[in-house]
Amino acid sequence: MDANSFVFPNDPGIAWSIMIVLYPYITGLVAGAFVVSALYHVFHQEVLKPVAKLALVTSLCFCSCATLPLLLHLHHPERALNIMVTPNGTSAMAGFGFIYSLYMLLLVVEVWLVFRPTIVERANSRIGAAGLVYRILALGARKMTDGSRQVDDWAIRLLAMAGIPIACILHGYVGFLFGAIKANPWWSTALMPVIFLISAIVSGIAGLIVLYVGMCWRRGVKPDADCVRAMCRYLWVALVVAVSLEMLELGHMAYESGAEWKVLSTLLTEHLAVSYGLIQVVIGSLCPFLLLLIAVRPRLNPRLMTACGGLASLLVLVQVFAMRWNVVVGGQLFSKSYRGFVEYTVPWGGREGIIAAAIVLTLPLLALWLADKLLPLWQDSEPSASLPFETGSRIMSPEPIGAAFAITAETPPAERTQPVQAQLTSPAK
Amino acid sequence: MIQENNDTGGGCGGTCDKSSCACPSDEMTSRRQFLQRASTVTIGAMSLTILPVAMGDGTESQLPMANGKGAPNEGDQLFGFLVDSDKCIGAGKCMTACRTENDVPEGSHRTWVERYVHFKDGTLQVDTVPETGFAGSGLPIIDPELVDRSFFVPKLCNQCEDAPCNQVCPVHASFTSPQGVELVDPDRCIGCGYCVQACPYGARFINPETNNADKCTWCYHRVMRNEKPACVEACPVDARVFGRLDDPNSEISKRIAKIPTDVLKEHLGTHPKTRYAGICGEVK
Repeated sequence: MDANSFVFPNDPGIAWSIMIVLYPYITGLVAGAFVVSALYHVFHQEVLKPVAKLALVTSLCFCSCATLPLLLHLHHPERALNIMVTPNGTSAMAGFGFIYSLYMLLLVVEVWLVFRPTIVERANSRIGAAGLVYRILALGARKMTDGSRQVDDWAIRLLAMAGIPIACILHGYVGFLFGAIKANPWWSTALMPVIFLISAIVSGIAGLIVLYVGMCWRRGVKPDADCVRAMCRYLWVALVVAVSLEMLELGHMAYESGAEWKVLSTLLTEHLAVSYGLIQVVIGSLCPFLLLLIAVRPRLNPRLMTACGGLASLLVLVQVFAMRWNVVVGGQLFSKSYRGFVEYTVPWGGREGIIAAAIVLTLPLLALWLADKLLPLWQDSEPSASLPFETGSRIMSPEPIGAAFAITAETPPAERTQPVQAQLTSPAK
Repeated sequence: MIQENNDTGGGCGGTCDKSSCACPSDEMTSRRQFLQRASTVTIGAMSLTILPVAMGDGTESQLPMANGKGAPNEGDQLFGFLVDSDKCIGAGKCMTACRTENDVPEGSHRTWVERYVHFKDGTLQVDTVPETGFAGSGLPIIDPELVDRSFFVPKLCNQCEDAPCNQVCPVHASFTSPQGVELVDPDRCIGCGYCVQACPYGARFINPETNNADKCTWCYHRVMRNEKPACVEACPVDARVFGRLDDPNSEISKRIAKIPTDVLKEHLGTHPKTRYAGICGEVK
């Protein structure tokens, strides 16, 4: 017995468009980049030091734009704050405003603390408009002492530690938001939050590799090979876990062959054949898996390793976008009658069109460019004159080895022979 | 507190010239006054922000309880709806009546009628009845010789007792009236579409004119005036029955007691209050 293609009359199109695809994509980059930053600040993965600041600032830049797709999607954006004024405790979406605000606040404070020595130094040394910007950013502080640096570093580590669960909640809840919809068999799975979370880490690491390699190329410097290789290794592990979970979920649905499997299998084989089968699985998962296997080989030429890792990361970013697309849009392509399918073509114009989506994706990169102009994202760009203020400002590990590493890594080779204690002494006293 | 300080020699008791005295009692009074005023201003500002949203302008805008349900009052009526598929002839008058009564825009539906046709070759055709009915719609007529059996199923909001649309609404715009009717507060809805996704029955839509979530309300504005919903009144064959479930002598109570009825997608645990008679498992 077979039914023709019947769609409920209120299901002619989809309610959640490309903007709702972008939202988890952006928050995924936010959460993933923060995790990389935390690997350095909390778990002392020193090999990630070259990208630690970049990771944190990237997280902030993308987080600051994360609400844009939602505002563009809302039919009443002027009422957006209702989500915090009259939140419904039973709604997964109601927590968004509070989790996002908390995370944004944490990011702003942590970034400010990380760059405070530089901000204070430049507030004192720069004049004109630039000086005014740094004086505003300094919030009245005009000098840094060893004591204040120690308090800052303690706070940075505390915030980095607190940020890990908040970042996980921020993105895990996005997965929960979909997984809790029992009306939709494509979404309704307890694995959804975990899949979103792991793929967030995947996208964050991949995004950082692409940004780091790209920015090094633009600045005309060689990327730190050990750092890129380490990130490729993390990316490979996270990718394997993420894809395994995605396949596990799909395999479970297929093996169980519930009442809705018929419509889901048609969805996969006919409507998502390209975006799921080709782009997400083959191009976005299998190819990066092999490329990363090559990239993590210890004795590989650094240039080849960087090329393989960069290309794999680009493909992974495509994979994660395809995954978001296949979940968000794919879950709306079939009617709740489970008998028919609808079509979705992204318009070029309008609030939820391709151009608007491209702008939303470009804005965080613009913010990052601006941040790069304002703040020293790179270790080697630290002004040597301000070494007593800035050396070791981000780590301040209680272990002498960690502190020594932080200082020596930031210190020009000629000064590395000087005693550590001598460098820690501030001339401002 | 000020007197105690004076007794312990902590201050001058306010007898000195205040401009030249920095006595602790004055400092304490000043600090206390400052804190009191700051608290008053803060609470006042918060109230000004929250209260207008919370109180709204009328009955539908009252802040519902945390579970999304309005506080039931003693003597509240409990409404129910029965769809009798055996009686429906697919006239389509219910759809027109609903659209007119509730200003439903073209392309959106608070109610619709599905047609199920089982052919002798084992295939099933499902489609929707045009608002004009099949007669005069210009649609091709199915040869009765090819058909085993066919029936119509009017669809509308199922007014679930455990409504997923209410559960997921992030701003309390979706709520349950004391009479058990699921409603949408048009002044609070942000148009996120989460309720549209959560409804398993496709009963919700974003109204393109108001940009709010919209759905069948069993014509709440009519039934509270002791009138029938527009679709019930328009149905020529009594295929739609609306009434009070808490009244054993009401027509709906009597019919539900006599004939077997079912609900849609029962496995989802939404506990719909709209019941269906004469349907089979293929109706979803």
